[in-house]
Amino acid sequence: MENVLSYMTFVPLAGMLAVMVMPRDKHEVIRWTALAFTLVPLLLGIWLYGDFDGSITGMQYVERHTWIETYNIQYIMGIDGLSVTMVLLTALLCPICILASWNIEKGVKGYFMLFLLLETGMMGVFCALDFFLFYIFWEVMLLPMYFLIGIWGGPRREYAAIKFFLYTLVGSVLMLIAMLALYFHGEPRTFDMLVLMERAPTYARSFQAWAWLALFVGFAIKIPAFPFHTWLPDAHVEAPTAISVILAGVLLKMGTYGILRICYPIFPVATQQFAFWCLAVLGTWNIVYGALCAMAQQDMKKLVAYSSISHMGYVMLGMATLTSQGINGAVLQMFNHGTVTAMLFLIVGVVYDRAHHRDINGFGGLASVMPVYTGLMTVAFFAALGLPGLSAFISEVLVLLGAWQYNQALTIVAASAVVLTAGYMLWMLQRVWLGPVNEKYANMPDLSARELVTLLPLAVIVLVLGIHPHAVLDLIDPTLLALNRTVADAVVVSAQLLH
Amino acid sequence: MLETAATHEAAAGVSYALRWIVALPLAGAAINLIAGKRLQDAAGRTAVAVLGSAMSIASFVCVVAAFLRLRSLPVDERLLLDTVSSWIHIGDLDVSIALAFDPLSAVMCLIITGIGSLIHIYSYGYMDEDPANWRFFGMLNLFLFCMLTLILGDNMLVMFVGWEGVGLCSWGLIGFWHSDHTNTAAANKAFLVNRIGDFAFLCGMFLLFWSLADSGKATLVFRELAHAVPALEGMTLWGMGVATLVTLLLFVGATGKSAQIPLYVWLPDAMAGPTPVSALIHAATMVTAGVYMIVRLNFLFSMAPFTMQVITAVGAATAFFAATIGLSQHDIKKVLAYSTVSQLGYMFMAVGVGAYAAGIFHLLTHAFFKACLFLGAGSVIHALHHEQDMRRMGGLRSYMPVTFGTFLISALAIAGVPGFAGFFSKDEILWRAFLANPVIWAVGLAAAGMTAFYMFRAVFLTFAGECRVEGHAREHLHESSWTMTLPLVVLAAGAAGAGYLGVPAALGGANHFEQWLAPVVELEHAALSHAAGGHDTTLEYVLMALSVATAGLGILLAYLIYIRKSLSAATFAAIGGGVPYRLSFNKYFVDEFYYGFFLNGVLSLSRALAWIDLHVVDGIVNGAARVVRISSDFGGAIDHYVVDGLVNGTATVVDRCGAAARKLQTGGINAYLYVLVLAVILVLFSRAW
Repeated sequence: MENVLSYMTFVPLAGMLAVMVMPRDKHEVIRWTALAFTLVPLLLGIWLYGDFDGSITGMQYVERHTWIETYNIQYIMGIDGLSVTMVLLTALLCPICILASWNIEKGVKGYFMLFLLLETGMMGVFCALDFFLFYIFWEVMLLPMYFLIGIWGGPRREYAAIKFFLYTLVGSVLMLIAMLALYFHGEPRTFDMLVLMERAPTYARSFQAWAWLALFVGFAIKIPAFPFHTWLPDAHVEAPTAISVILAGVLLKMGTYGILRICYPIFPVATQQFAFWCLAVLGTWNIVYGALCAMAQQDMKKLVAYSSISHMGYVMLGMATLTSQGINGAVLQMFNHGTVTAMLFLIVGVVYDRAHHRDINGFGGLASVMPVYTGLMTVAFFAALGLPGLSAFISEVLVLLGAWQYNQALTIVAASAVVLTAGYMLWMLQRVWLGPVNEKYANMPDLSARELVTLLPLAVIVLVLGIHPHAVLDLIDPTLLALNRTVADAVVVSAQLLH
Repeated sequence: MLETAATHEAAAGVSYALRWIVALPLAGAAINLIAGKRLQDAAGRTAVAVLGSAMSIASFVCVVAAFLRLRSLPVDERLLLDTVSSWIHIGDLDVSIALAFDPLSAVMCLIITGIGSLIHIYSYGYMDEDPANWRFFGMLNLFLFCMLTLILGDNMLVMFVGWEGVGLCSWGLIGFWHSDHTNTAAANKAFLVNRIGDFAFLCGMFLLFWSLADSGKATLVFRELAHAVPALEGMTLWGMGVATLVTLLLFVGATGKSAQIPLYVWLPDAMAGPTPVSALIHAATMVTAGVYMIVRLNFLFSMAPFTMQVITAVGAATAFFAATIGLSQHDIKKVLAYSTVSQLGYMFMAVGVGAYAAGIFHLLTHAFFKACLFLGAGSVIHALHHEQDMRRMGGLRSYMPVTFGTFLISALAIAGVPGFAGFFSKDEILWRAFLANPVIWAVGLAAAGMTAFYMFRAVFLTFAGECRVEGHAREHLHESSWTMTLPLVVLAAGAAGAGYLGVPAALGGANHFEQWLAPVVELEHAALSHAAGGHDTTLEYVLMALSVATAGLGILLAYLIYIRKSLSAATFAAIGGGVPYRLSFNKYFVDEFYYGFFLNGVLSLSRALAWIDLHVVDGIVNGAARVVRISSDFGGAIDHYVVDGLVNGTATVVDRCGAAARKLQTGGINAYLYVLVLAVILVLFSRAW
């Protein structure tokens, strides 16, 4: 399985080509084909989970080929403890999203083609170790996302899609500039991230600073960090359920992943310089601001979108601390948020499919009508509010524990969100699921088998990771400790000394 | 390395399979919550009730076995341990899923599973008309699991799992009848107020952990903490001793869970839940978790005299303040709820003055008599078809003799009548409070007098006099079924007799209870034996006589008002122009203040921020797009394609209801944009190369 990463990345692309040649009215065939081509990466992912050696800090499953020789651009794929979790998360969520897209009736062929292309882009971003390749995948991911929101979205889909697109494009441009600067900065010129990491000590302080900030803004848009976050609620509200799941479950993580993958090891001195204000303070602000905004929302999806902003703040705060608890908590939180928020969006999708609206005050008493659905909802909601024993608690408590050692005042502000989070989650739960049954929805059918299949595996993961978090922590801990050390020990070695 | 050193210092402990104590209720919960509905549909509600009760009783049997094993060990080796698995091991943080059973946990587990089992049996009778028995018994079992985890947890993080887990169960059971918004609002209130406490608890735990890490002994295991905390001596943070700060934060956590000032407000509302829940969770077990936590960490709290003073003051104030509210309530469950808040105040008073064993002793006796009182009230409420207003009860003595008898015994116990359980435990606390500070004692004594009054007011209004029950319920007045009366009788026996476990030396007893807990509260024990020389039994007798007299006075007053009617309640209500009465009846308007000030404050802030987010933050984004569009009118030569994209973007913003939007939504835009996007990327790349 030398090329497992390439398989995981390009099998969905093959799936897209397969769907492309199918007649456009064979909906069933197209759906099943798409499912099959997303199940392959999942199966490979399961194998990868067993085979991956978490005790190694370096890259594994590395593939290296010359691609565009003139510019020394290479095709380098490889994963370490940081990226393996994201690869697994992507492989897990994609088939679930295909199932959640089963009742898409408009432009079925186009939808599934774009979705499969999207998976290729996402996988590629997490596997690419050549900056140029990374950038290409980053852009590949952007396009299908734009169309999936812009064509299959809600009433304001055009606005939301263009907003998403322009915002991300701004980030891409900044990333492109930083990437080119890096490329031209050393000899021989290369986009190879591993080489760039080795050159880190030679980058002058000022160069590190502006390149770091350029990349940071690009990634912060993706996270999304305040004040670059306003595209997210709009995109979520308009996107179809499955796309919201991917957006919150995988795409947001690309922001924090990018910071850890590129900013941290390549610009460690700048990381030390900016971590406090750009990551810790902003992250804490994200946590509290997102939670407070979530509380005021009337649309279920908007509420969950703001809760994502809040929960991603933990990732930023955790990584800023450069403590082993903080950074492990941050990456674990990336994974846990991926599963929990995927559940939340799927749950919203279930009622939206039935009632065709998402007004929190427009339901009531669903618990009496849909018991199975309510049971799974309870798991997801309490995981989201960080109930101990469920997955998100572990990552949040690790982040906060690490943060306490880093800065107590920020930690207290961040930890106060446990009250706010419980507030908005339980308030929504009460208004939608409890209370007298709304006669309009007294006959809503409980979960279908297909919906159950999308939610149940995630619920199991949420439960298991609460009791056995080392199922993920064992993969990431050594890599992240090494990354911590890289940043903590970094100093700029002057160029003269090197020669 | 340092951690291993700490482990060696800690007591070795005997390996014992404690996991069954928690696993059985968990299994019951899992089965009932996942498959219970089908089970109930197929085999009737008896099946789910029997399953739930059987798991609880089996857990009780396991606890008894562990207790016997523990007792067979030499006094200073009484510790059973069960490490189930590792849990989180990152850097200095190394916590396992591990359970520990020592004399303190033994007492707590016996109360929880013993009274818990009785309440399971009782619930079979009480919930006879409810279609969701499976959910009720499932949640009850889940509660047992969480509560036992809280008690047995070998480290603070496992304890915290139980700590918040009981909050979840409490939420689910307060709002059990969830089609009524009053109930679910009460459930949410309970969870949120508790979360405020949990937030402080978390911060306290972090501070403790990192302070110990600075001294090289990072641990959260209770046994190791006992040896590690002396290192906190002399450490300061924000101008305060670290030990003081940690204990204050943990105490805030305790005020949430154990309903003390200022976080007590959720408990009276929690009475919205079914009465067996009030008895088990909101009287006998969960609400005592704060007291338990402090006693568990007594070595830490003893290092912080300031915190101890705060605890004493808060406990005494709560005991008094809640008792004054209890005087005027009409709802029988509300009376009992404020009584619980008040009695918990006594327990905090006890631990505050360092009388840890006395605090736990009162926790034990209170568990019996308060559970019995709640179940008795439940028996009445059940018979009256969910009537809870005492003004519409009366004369039930002849219809419900068992309920009346057991309720009376428990009322005598809580009032502190000599011979009954509450007498021994309350007097122990008052005595120790007097030694620490006579003012605290006086406050406690006054609260005791009020307790006697409001309890007998409840007894007389409910069971004596003429029957004020009306209509349909009157015709069907009857004693409850045996599944309900049997637990009442057992609990009443405890309310009458449990006090004899801890008869003080002054009354010729050996105080077995204190002896049993001695290994857990070594410090207190040592201090006591040290002071034993100058023990003044005369003073103790005088104080005892005073408290008995006060209780008698309270009962007499209730008798004169509600039986003899030689005094009128209205006269008392009119004192001071009726202001004190109205304050008491309206619970001092604390809820109104919290709602108006804190809840509305947060909600207004959240609405304001959401508005700012939509109109200012996002407004800047849209405004920026507009600026780009305008500048493009002047020349637009920078990058034709990017700007064009922005123009289109702005068009949808500005004119999304207009003709432009309609044109954009025709679908042709997609093909156009596809080309556009590709072009943008091509341009970007052509420049890159």
